[in-house]
Amino acid sequence: MSLGILLDMAASGQGDRVALGRADDGITFARLAELAAGGGAVIAAQPVGHVVMLGRNGPLMPHLLFAAAHAGLPFTPMNYRLPADQLTELLGDLDRPFIVADEDYLTVVKQTGHPVMSTTEFVTAAQSTTPTEAVYVDDSAPAVMLFTSGTTSKPKIVPLRHENLVSYILGTVEFGSAAEDDAALVTVPPYHVAAIGSVLSNLYSGRRVVYLPDFSAEGWLALVAEENVTTAMVVPTMLSRVVEHLAGAVANAPKLRLISYGGARMPQPVLERALAAFPNVGFVNAYGLTETSSTIALLGPDDHRAALAATDPKERARLGSAGKPVPGVEMQVRDDDGTVLGPDEVGELWVRGPQVSGEYVGVGSVLDADGWFPTKDRAWLDAEGYLFIEGRSDDTIIRGGENIAPAEIEDALVSHPAVLDAAVIGIDDDEWGQRLVAVVVRREGFATDADELKSYVRGQLRGSRTPDAIVWRTELPHTPTGKLLRREVVADVNAELAALTS
Amino acid sequence: MELKAGTRLRSQVCTTEVMVVKAPANEIELTCGGAALVSLDAAIAADGAPAAGLDTGTQLGKRYTAADDDSLELLVTKAGAGTLAAAGVPLVFKEAKALPASD
Repeated sequence: MSLGILLDMAASGQGDRVALGRADDGITFARLAELAAGGGAVIAAQPVGHVVMLGRNGPLMPHLLFAAAHAGLPFTPMNYRLPADQLTELLGDLDRPFIVADEDYLTVVKQTGHPVMSTTEFVTAAQSTTPTEAVYVDDSAPAVMLFTSGTTSKPKIVPLRHENLVSYILGTVEFGSAAEDDAALVTVPPYHVAAIGSVLSNLYSGRRVVYLPDFSAEGWLALVAEENVTTAMVVPTMLSRVVEHLAGAVANAPKLRLISYGGARMPQPVLERALAAFPNVGFVNAYGLTETSSTIALLGPDDHRAALAATDPKERARLGSAGKPVPGVEMQVRDDDGTVLGPDEVGELWVRGPQVSGEYVGVGSVLDADGWFPTKDRAWLDAEGYLFIEGRSDDTIIRGGENIAPAEIEDALVSHPAVLDAAVIGIDDDEWGQRLVAVVVRREGFATDADELKSYVRGQLRGSRTPDAIVWRTELPHTPTGKLLRREVVADVNAELAALTS
Repeated sequence: MELKAGTRLRSQVCTTEVMVVKAPANEIELTCGGAALVSLDAAIAADGAPAAGLDTGTQLGKRYTAADDDSLELLVTKAGAGTLAAAGVPLVFKEAKALPASD
């Protein structure tokens, strides 16, 4: 079950189709296979143990992913915005890395002291090097190693084995199922697990990929129309910017059939506005982690429509759910002592299946004796098996002995028209253990104040969920894929409090 | 033959190649076009052809399973002219559940 087999199949079954780029002059699947074999030979000729990509998402991504697999080495796309010292530190955890970097980042990468080729040099060498036989590796060898996003702690490295990634694709994608004129628009950065998933699932289904490496709402909408895009994956911040840009208008997206979103929590007002802006498009909510080789649950277009049309509040609430597990994945919700909980009971989500890695470099496997992986996400399953994610266990605030998930208060806050973004954090407090502080970004042109927002939240949620204090900011820190950097928000508010009391 | 997930096999009488996706616990005899499936690196005769009646062909990317037992699943990684069978009984397509694209 090596990744290379997916490319071999795509090249033999749909070799003449365009895999990457524009419909009239893009790279075909057969050409991609040749480039990967040539690139594999370039890599195999060097005394290196790991292939690293430092560049924006584009055709280099699938090229290098399959070239590394061809050479039998693990592949790691990294955040290209990291400063040289952090980059050097993270590279130190990899075995003899060989780096391919976009021209813009070469100066920084050269400071790390590791062997480097520019993207242009690598592609040119791959074109002119005679391919060698693919290096055999065991199915259990790591194909991809990704750094976790590190929103709550230092980034950890997750190895995704060939068998994990191939299981994910075989379980979720039907070979050659894309129509001849299908096209996917990819905007996630290469170091996100969804970028790995998008390379493999679009290749296996035979779908052309168009890249937009530097996201803007205008640029995204323009490409959707120009390139006849049929499917697009976005993180919630991207969809939010698209609907803000449209400002109530219906989007011009003639061929678009599907928008999938994931990677962070989707605010309900954004989703509802998106459904109105794209009336003929199906929406998919995909839930997954780096450690699970991308998607493990999804809420499909029919589920979205059924939830929107429902009058029963329980069915209506499924608009905010992550749907049902994909084939091959099992789920359990357990409480802190390991007891498996029933429907509607909140606990930690555990998952099991061949696509689940559940392993960290330097830590080893964190699977339990029966192969279950603790996601560290608080969740519940409803009576029909729909999955609801409350947020990271680490984010839980304990106020007066009561466990409070910040997400439900954040959801309530962003449903207020004057609130553009909100983070709810716990600040240490002698009386309550922790106090609830809401850090709020006001929407331009709207007015509100702390008392109004507090009573607004009190009108929707239990009294213990009312923020004790509101702090105003002009923006909140997020990762490039839209995850809130909660520890930075906490540090920022604590610094302000320390300044006030000193 | 004892099978495990990931094992790759080829036909001796046509161009078919398969990968085992799911393997039953017990040993099972797998054939294509009437001749046993062998490992990818095994030497085979150049002039083989599927036996009469066992030449319905295999389709690239399709998954095959026994009609009454889903503990065996083979993915065709290269198409060919023979008929896949387990213990002499032809295998059938496994119906795929269509999922929307998610990444």
